[in-house]
Amino acid sequence: MNKNKEKLLNSRYRAEKRFQFYGKSAIFLALLFLTIFIFKIFSTGYTAFQKTWLIVPVTFDAETMYLDENPSKEDLEDADYFDLALQTMFNLDKSASEKQQNDLKRMVSYFFEREIKRELLNDPSLIGKTKDVYLTASDDLDQVFKGNYPRDLPEDQRRVTDYQLKIFDQLVEQGRVESKFNLSFFTYPDSREAELAGIASSFMGSIFSILVCLVIAFPVAVLAAIYLEEFAPKNRLTDFIEVNINNLAAVPSIVFGLLGLGILLAVFQLPRSTPLVGGITLSLMTLPTIIIACRASLKAVPPSIREAALAMGASKMQTTMHHTVPLSMPGTLSGTIIGLAQALGETAPLILIGMVAFVNTIPGSPLDPAASLPVQIYIWAESAERGFVEKVSACIMVLLGFLIIMNLFAQIIRHKFEKKWS
Amino acid sequence: MNLVIFIFIVLLGFTSYYFGRKKAYSIQATNTRLTALPQFYGYYLAIWCAIPAFIIYSLWAIFEPSIVKLIILSDYSNQGYLDDELNLIYEKTKSLSRGQFSGEITTYLETSAEKYLNLRSIAQNSKVVLILAIIIASIVYGYKRISSNNRTREPVEKFLNTVLFTASLAAILTTIGIVFSLIFQTIDFFKVIPLFDFIFGTHWYPAKAFVRDASEPLDPSMYSDTFGAVPIFAGTFFIALIAMCVAIPIGLMSGIYLAEYASTKVRQYAKPLIEILAGIPTVVYGFFAALTVGPFLKDIGTAMGLEVSAESALAAGGVMGIMIIPFISSLSDDVITSVPQSLRDGSYAMGATKSETIKKVIFPAALPGIVGSILLGVSRAVGETMIVVMASGLAANLTFNPLESTSTITAQIVVILIGDQAFGDPKTQAAFALGMTLFLVTLSLNIFALRVVKKYREKYE
Repeated sequence: MNKNKEKLLNSRYRAEKRFQFYGKSAIFLALLFLTIFIFKIFSTGYTAFQKTWLIVPVTFDAETMYLDENPSKEDLEDADYFDLALQTMFNLDKSASEKQQNDLKRMVSYFFEREIKRELLNDPSLIGKTKDVYLTASDDLDQVFKGNYPRDLPEDQRRVTDYQLKIFDQLVEQGRVESKFNLSFFTYPDSREAELAGIASSFMGSIFSILVCLVIAFPVAVLAAIYLEEFAPKNRLTDFIEVNINNLAAVPSIVFGLLGLGILLAVFQLPRSTPLVGGITLSLMTLPTIIIACRASLKAVPPSIREAALAMGASKMQTTMHHTVPLSMPGTLSGTIIGLAQALGETAPLILIGMVAFVNTIPGSPLDPAASLPVQIYIWAESAERGFVEKVSACIMVLLGFLIIMNLFAQIIRHKFEKKWS
Repeated sequence: MNLVIFIFIVLLGFTSYYFGRKKAYSIQATNTRLTALPQFYGYYLAIWCAIPAFIIYSLWAIFEPSIVKLIILSDYSNQGYLDDELNLIYEKTKSLSRGQFSGEITTYLETSAEKYLNLRSIAQNSKVVLILAIIIASIVYGYKRISSNNRTREPVEKFLNTVLFTASLAAILTTIGIVFSLIFQTIDFFKVIPLFDFIFGTHWYPAKAFVRDASEPLDPSMYSDTFGAVPIFAGTFFIALIAMCVAIPIGLMSGIYLAEYASTKVRQYAKPLIEILAGIPTVVYGFFAALTVGPFLKDIGTAMGLEVSAESALAAGGVMGIMIIPFISSLSDDVITSVPQSLRDGSYAMGATKSETIKKVIFPAALPGIVGSILLGVSRAVGETMIVVMASGLAANLTFNPLESTSTITAQIVVILIGDQAFGDPKTQAAFALGMTLFLVTLSLNIFALRVVKKYREKYE
């Protein structure tokens, strides 16, 4: 009998241990996913911050550029650099056949002409002389140099030809290949060529959308929250508004995209693909988040503050505007930043209002067509070229970086400025 | 030009605040008692200055284009044009007047364009004059009304109250906007495709409904067996199911562990770390699922001799499940912590172990709240877009094999609406009909879940 009891007790203890183990492993799993996730993004993305350059000797021959003697600045601007650029590449292997010459040309980006031009414009005295110029390597060679490209594939399954690899290896041996910090990733707009694609256009698109979103959502949400928390009478309309806010907070984001498409674009005829429309759509999405945060922090202001102000003869409006609202601001602001961070990561509604269009200019205002960082991730992820994989990860790193900064900022505001009532 | 007027009104508003206050101070200087603080007189005048002007300004902005259009098109009214053609003429006129028209320029168009430019400049000038007149009149009126025996605080506060109230209507307006943007297209869609075919049809192939010539009448038989939504409803349900199979056990167990077992220190770090998962943008999950999880599952499948599609429902659903973990863990954590301590104490006093208490006492007590949190998670899974678009297929297969690719409502909306859309085309309308379905499904899930959670809260408060 006693033994049975002990057995039962032991099995109950074992069950207890098992249960605890399940709990621990659930948390462990969740954190494991997070770790794998971040590790994967970083390990594929960090190489995108380096860019491979070929250092090629360029002979600035006036004749190849069809330049007269003593050319003026305008002459240099208008000169033909294409032949010179081609000649430079062909000089890497003087015995190359026509097909091989084509391969040689494709070892660098199509910006090679511009890169050579920039060099000469910086120093016009180079005419007639030879100088080593940095040319952006094609994205495939870039991947080869970073070790991401399977060189042992049969040639017909690769985009890099054996001939290109041979010349490239020679250049590497001569120390004519260099990897430097990839500044163009941050300063160039999107491009079809992976080696020239940057996040400048989508970054500005994101900034403009978020600004529009902030300008619209913040005032409306704060005013609405003040009304609902401080002034609203308890009636059907108020209840209905509250039900609406709670539901809107859980409506899928893509439905807001349909709203943007069906109302903002089709009815109000606002310009497609622009951060203005994107920002308005996002603002409707963030509105409930900010309202809920603002109401919570208004609620946290103790009634004694209001009573004291009222007792001093302030009107209800003065009490609210001079005391309650300023005291609730830290909570409201941090809620706003978190709402904006959500909006910054949103993709689907922006796709529907046309912000996926290929944009290779940097937008200068909310009325110019643009993409946004998450949409850029989507566009690049859908692209088949190998060179875009690391770009996507790098873009994700930039986006996550922003989200982390915004969330930290929200935390700091909350902890530093929020008054503790006890 | 519009911006200039706007800024002008705002600047004038600020100046009139200053003048109103100044007048109040000068009344005060004569030792007369004011009925409100001097700044209220400033606000009073500023409101009088800016608000009527803004109202005129926005009414003008709303009605000017359609009135101009009406006048321009009245020239063409008795020539038997169709509405679409008239719209085209108007668009041509507009682009010609901007000098961006490339096409055959007829004399008709030229006169219209001239008339258009004329009308616009008349409108612009009369707008400026009207707004100026309104501002002057209302400032004079407001300024005259500033006196010691006139109340200003009450009207100013009443005005502010109205502003606050209007802002709170934004939530209702958004909901109305959603319904309106969806309903017309949906109704048009069901005029062509019978509701029955949509709900029970098993073949979804919207690419077949190519953009047709707008001048030809619609032929509904062209679209038979094209918009049967069963495969995508099934796909949506199936992927959400896979997601919940990942999210419920992990989310619930970590919620329970955090609420009942974890020390404050573990809780302090683990909870925010898990919540990071909820803050990662979904497009990032989509990329992760497409680049890492999909090929990984395919490799495993091939090693085991199974045929796994690189874009499998399992990859999309699994990653979606990871995304939903924090929603369930946080909510169930909250729910469990709010179960009264007396219930636990009672159970411990009877000799139950901690896990027995949790399983037999706390879990049943917290069940409604947990169900609510799970339903909110389901609503998330149903509405999730980017993961499915990027990681699962875009072709709507009617399958319940997790290793094949399926498609969801959200993914189909994106597939149809990406790129250029032609409104009035059944294909575009189909996306809106899907959106309507999605909105109704998530709305009812949310209302139900929130009600369950609310009822539960009331029970213990």
